[in-house]
Order: sequence, then C-alpha cells, then structure tokens
Amino acid sequence: MVEDKDVLITDQYKADEDMVTHNPWRQLRQFTAARIGLGRAGVSTPTRESLEFQLAHAQARDAVHTELDVETLQQQLLQLQQDFPQITTQPPLILHSRAIDRVTYLQRPDYGRQLDEESFTSLKPYYTKTPYDLALVIADGLSATAIHQNVVPFISALLPILIDGIEDFTLAPITLVQQGRVAIGDDIGEALNAKAVLMLIGERPGLSSPDSLGLYMTWSPKRGLTDDKRNCISNVRQAGLSYATAAHKCLYLLSEARRLQCSGVAIKDRSTEKVLDSSAVQTSFLLDNKVDRKGVNGK
Amino acid sequence: MSQSYRYQLGSKTYQFADLAELMAKATPARSGDRLAGVIAESAEQRAVAQLLLAEVPLKTFLNETLVPYEDDEITRLIIDEHDAEAFSVISHLTVGDFRNWLLTDTASTEVLKQVSAGITPEMAAAVSKIMRNQDLILVAQKCRVITAFRNTIGLPKRLSTRLQPNHPTDDVNGIAASMLDGLLYGSGDAVIGINPATDNVTQATRLMNLMDEVISLYEIPTQSCVLTHVTNTLECIENGAPVDLVFQSIGGTEKTNSSFGFNLAILAEAQQAALSLNRGTVGQNVMYFETGQGSSLSANAHHGLDQQTCEARAYAVARKFDPLLVNTVVGFIGPEYLFDGKEIIRAGLEDHFCGKLLGLPMGCDVCYTNHAEADQNDMDNLLTLLGTAGCSFVMGIPGSDDIMLNYQTTSFHDALYARRVLGLGAAPEFEAWLEKMQIMSNAGLAQLTNHLPPAFAGSLNSSAVRHFHG
Repeated sequence: MVEDKDVLITDQYKADEDMVTHNPWRQLRQFTAARIGLGRAGVSTPTRESLEFQLAHAQARDAVHTELDVETLQQQLLQLQQDFPQITTQPPLILHSRAIDRVTYLQRPDYGRQLDEESFTSLKPYYTKTPYDLALVIADGLSATAIHQNVVPFISALLPILIDGIEDFTLAPITLVQQGRVAIGDDIGEALNAKAVLMLIGERPGLSSPDSLGLYMTWSPKRGLTDDKRNCISNVRQAGLSYATAAHKCLYLLSEARRLQCSGVAIKDRSTEKVLDSSAVQTSFLLDNKVDRKGVNGK
Repeated sequence: MSQSYRYQLGSKTYQFADLAELMAKATPARSGDRLAGVIAESAEQRAVAQLLLAEVPLKTFLNETLVPYEDDEITRLIIDEHDAEAFSVISHLTVGDFRNWLLTDTASTEVLKQVSAGITPEMAAAVSKIMRNQDLILVAQKCRVITAFRNTIGLPKRLSTRLQPNHPTDDVNGIAASMLDGLLYGSGDAVIGINPATDNVTQATRLMNLMDEVISLYEIPTQSCVLTHVTNTLECIENGAPVDLVFQSIGGTEKTNSSFGFNLAILAEAQQAALSLNRGTVGQNVMYFETGQGSSLSANAHHGLDQQTCEARAYAVARKFDPLLVNTVVGFIGPEYLFDGKEIIRAGLEDHFCGKLLGLPMGCDVCYTNHAEADQNDMDNLLTLLGTAGCSFVMGIPGSDDIMLNYQTTSFHDALYARRVLGLGAAPEFEAWLEKMQIMSNAGLAQLTNHLPPAFAGSLNSSAVRHFHG
C-alpha cells in the first residue's frame, strides 16, 4: 500500500476540503493495513484514494505478468554459490514447465505442475545414486517480482544456516523454473534424487503485497504428491516475514522432516502457537467506550 | 436409462453421449470447463447443444440423474424431496418452453414461489444455459426470498451487505477498526462475518465473543458469523460460545463435501444446535452457506459435469437447511475456472438466478483475484447488474481490499453507490438503527451524516487508541 508520506500528488488537491469528507477514524490505521477511513466524495471513493488503489492493482498485475529474468538470476546465484563451494559446484539450471506461456499457465494448472520434455531430459546427467540432502527449486509462480526481490537475499541467509545445522550438507543443482507451480518441485526433486525439496515460489499477489515469496518443503519428493505432504512458509518479503526468520523456520522443518522421515501435516510449526496465545488476552478499543449507556444507545 | 442426443446440421451430424455431456457442451464458455475437458469443441457445437437442450422435457431430469442416485446423497436429496405437486404446473414443459414460461407475466412472484420446490437444480442449470444475461436478471428480479434472524433480508428494493472485517493475524483491534469503518459507512445488515486467519475453535470463540459484545453494546440489529468449519462451530456451541449463524462452504456432489469434511447429517446437527440457542429475534434462519463454481472440479469430484451444473446442485444442499444467507463467491477461485471479467459476470448472474429460482436468499461476493483478467470496472458492472436483479446481499470491505484473503471484493462505498443508483435500502431494522445512531441522516437515500456519530466517539478516545498515539 502507498504510505501517506509517499502520496502521488499532493498540491493538486487543495480544494479537497470542500468536496471530500474526511474520516476522523482514519487514525485507526495504526491497528490495520486495511483501507479504512478513506473518506468520501458524495458516497464514493475520493480521487486520490481511488488512484492509489489503481496503482496497487497495477503493481499486482505487473507482478503476475512480469517474466522471470532467469539469466540475471542464474548469474547472481552462481556468484552466491562461490562462497559455499563445499555444498555444490554445479551451476544453476534453467527449466520450463509444460505451460508454454502465461495465458496457458493461468488456465492450465496441470501443465504448470509438469516439466516439459526437454527440461526433464536435461536433468538426467545430474542424478546421483547418493541422494542430495536438498534440492532448491525456484519458480516464478504468480509473482516473478517476488522472486526478483527476495530469492537472492533469502538464499544468502539460508545456506549458512543449513551448513551449520546439517552435517555434511549437500545441495542439488539449483533449478530455475519458468511458468512453474508448487508441485513441479516434487518432479525435480525426484529426478535429481534429493531427500527433500524446498520450492521458492512467487505467491498470488495481494493488493498490498505484490512481492510475497512462498516456501514449500516436501520430504522424499515424488510426482503426484498432494498438498498435505508439504509444509508452507508464507509471506517472505521485506515488509513481511524476514529472511532470517524464514531461514530458521526452514531449518526447523527440514530437521523435523529428517527426524520423522516425512513432511506435511505430521510436522507442526510450534512457533505459530505461541503467537496465538499472546494475542488471546486482548480486548478491542471498540468495547472500551467511555460514553455512558445513554450515549452509546443513540438519543 | 440414458439416451444419446443427435442433431443434423446440413451435412454435419452432432452427437452427445448423454444428458451430462449435452449440458456441458451447452454451457457458455469458461476456463474451468476447458480444464475439465468438458467444454464445447466449437462455438457451433455449443449452439447446437443449446438447441438440443431446449428440446429436453423437464421430466427427463427426474428420470435421468447426472450423478448416480446410489453414489451420491445430494442426488438422493434432490430426487427424494422433489415436490411433485409444485412441479405439476411446469411438468409438461421442455427446457426451451420453461425459459419462455419464466419470462411470461404468468410466472409472477407468487407463482414462482409456489413452483420453486418443484424445480430441481439440474432444471435450473439447464434453463440458465439457454438464457441471456438479461433473461437471468429479469426472472431473478421476479423471485422473492425473505429470510430473518435479527433483521429481515430480501425485501423488495433492498440490498444488504456482509461486513467482512478480516485481518491477516486476527488482531482484535485490527478487526474492530474495519468493523467500525463498515458500520459508519452503513454496512453489516446481512451479517458481520469474519474469515479467521487461524482456523481453530479457540480463535473462532474469541472472534465470536468480540462480535457479540460489539453487537450487544451498540444494540445493532444484525447477526455475526465466524466462517470456520461446521464442526468447529458445533464445538463452539457446545462450549457455550455466542453463535448466531453456522457457516459452511458447500459443493454440489457428496464427494466435494466429503473433501470439505462434512455431510448432510452434520449440517442437520449443526442447524439444530444453532436453533436450540434461540438467538434470533425476528426469525430463525441460522445457516450461512458459501458456494462457487469450480469447487467440485478443484476437489476432483465433478463426475464429468460442467462446473455450473455442479454449482446449482449445491443449492439443493443449501435449501434443505433454510439458510439466512447463501453467498456465491464468484471470482475468488481464480482464472483457471473463470478466466476474465466476462466469465465472472456471467457466472455471477447464473448463480444468482439459479439460487433465487430454487428459493434461496442469494447474495454474491462480487470479486476477483489479481491473476484474473478482471478489474474494478468489471466489478462495477456485475454489482450494478446484480443490484438490478434483486440480489439479496453483497460484501462490504474497506476500500475493496481484503488484506487477509488477498483478493478484491465490493467496498462499503460500492454498496452505497448501488443503493443510490438503484434506489435500494438496507434491511429495515438496520436502516432504523443507522438513523438512530446518527450514522445516516436519511438511510432510504443512503445519506451519511457529516459528523462523527456520538455513540462511537468514545471508542476513538479509548485508552487503547490513545495509548497507541503515546
């Protein structure tokens, strides 16, 4: 969302006061990112708020339709990997799903879950008998923007934590998938022979969060697994879940998966339960109304 | 039992294996049917299927079930509870005749009400497939479905709203802020309904208490609902939580509903439990259902049917339990089921028409996701069309932006636009409250007052708000 201090245009709306009714409860935005207290022109959304909405929608739309810049990403990851030669020396691979373009991708989720023939064949030389500990798969999903903005800093945070946390950690070649959905990671993990796959994918962009990265971990990945076999970490981005926190959650999930030899509903992310407990005691300002009953009840 | 359908067009012969295929091929184009592989192969094949479907007698739908009777409790519900006497008025008609009949003055509001229990979901779906958008609007507008709990929904020239104060972490002040915003824009007569971010009994109870206390303190003639799973709500009732409405997402096949984790017996149990609380003041419709085209395909439980026919079958489930509200969440599911604004608009009108014809208090979540080919203008169009069609309620959310579910639906402002341009009021009990609280100076004309309503001023000076500002 556009913050007040970043508003597009300020001086052109001087006559505002006469035509726009402002809402004093806009101050409650302290409590929520919801678009409350917009004010009104007549009963309609004022010009500035209306155009700010259009900007947010435009950003979300662009995130959906921006093409994943695989070449740049490949270079960045190659450079990043050079700091960790002990876990992999293979360059990142570029793959493509069966969805040939974005329009097909949006209408055929089944195509987005499968590699095209050429990509599948290209993985064969990288198969090893001794399984890799982890395959990192990066896919555009519904927001290439999320990938462009978050993947490199997130992986930079993740790799040292995994190297410290898992003995003799080995990484399969990183794969970059164009027009990919979550389940394609299982195909890739199986083809490479990885014990686990971590899918980094652009989430469906919200109006206030066009750049949200989602992480999906599957233990013992195989084609055809369903969502209940995956663990998800959502909303990884600068204004959301931090890279460091997300990386620690990944290590936790991966360690649990290694211990239990499975993933999905069997693993509980305990950190979320704590959050719920602490918020359970709150009461809302709306119930803390100091006017007397007569006032509350109107006349 | 099943027969095939043939049509000769010049030298070309079109053949459809059975009624399910004929229905699917006759359906106006949409991406979900393409994904399911049941869509017409050409525009001509679709038009031919519609011509053939128009010749199918309505009686056929009672003899030729699209999902086998033995395999599906919804088929059994449809067949076993069919009202033959109500049907007798239209039993001699074909699907094509039925369209004509619905459009005549004979099919008045009263007559449509009498016939409703004789119409099966498949009949409604079939006739909708050969109706244009204006037909769907005209006939739906004649249907009247009135329900009540603490206020009355569905009266003529009314458009209610669900206030949807969702928050990504269920923060009580965040939710309360959106609730206040909505109430001060005149929203919330259909229900104040929260989609919880964390879906469990503890959280649901917290949110129920929050809404119940606000409704009591400000004496709002409306009802609350936490949109959690029906079994969670049952547990909340057992624990003594203040449950007004029981929510459940429903689909049109038994398999869809078992993928949602419930069956008809559980819904019946929940309805009885909610009724036993006796919390309604002007009525006892205690159920709130949500539906949407594509859910059966998404659950891999569509039995080869097109998504609109599956959707209509969900309305058989809904009408069994006398709901206060039924909401088709039309654009939420995404472009693989409804690709763009045109498909979303068509589906919204179909769902509203079929629901109303079957006797349901049909509302619509006029909405889209950011990966659909749709925008605010498409939503303006659908809202205006549905308002014209007599839609029972729409959603209301701050600035159209649901920051929890990450999609766009109608705003508080949008509802006021529709009320003004179409001359629609809120539920009468709620309108009176809006004026009493000085939120509106003239609720019939959707005129908001220019000052902060005094009853709410105190909460803005509460310690929580002041504390935040230091």
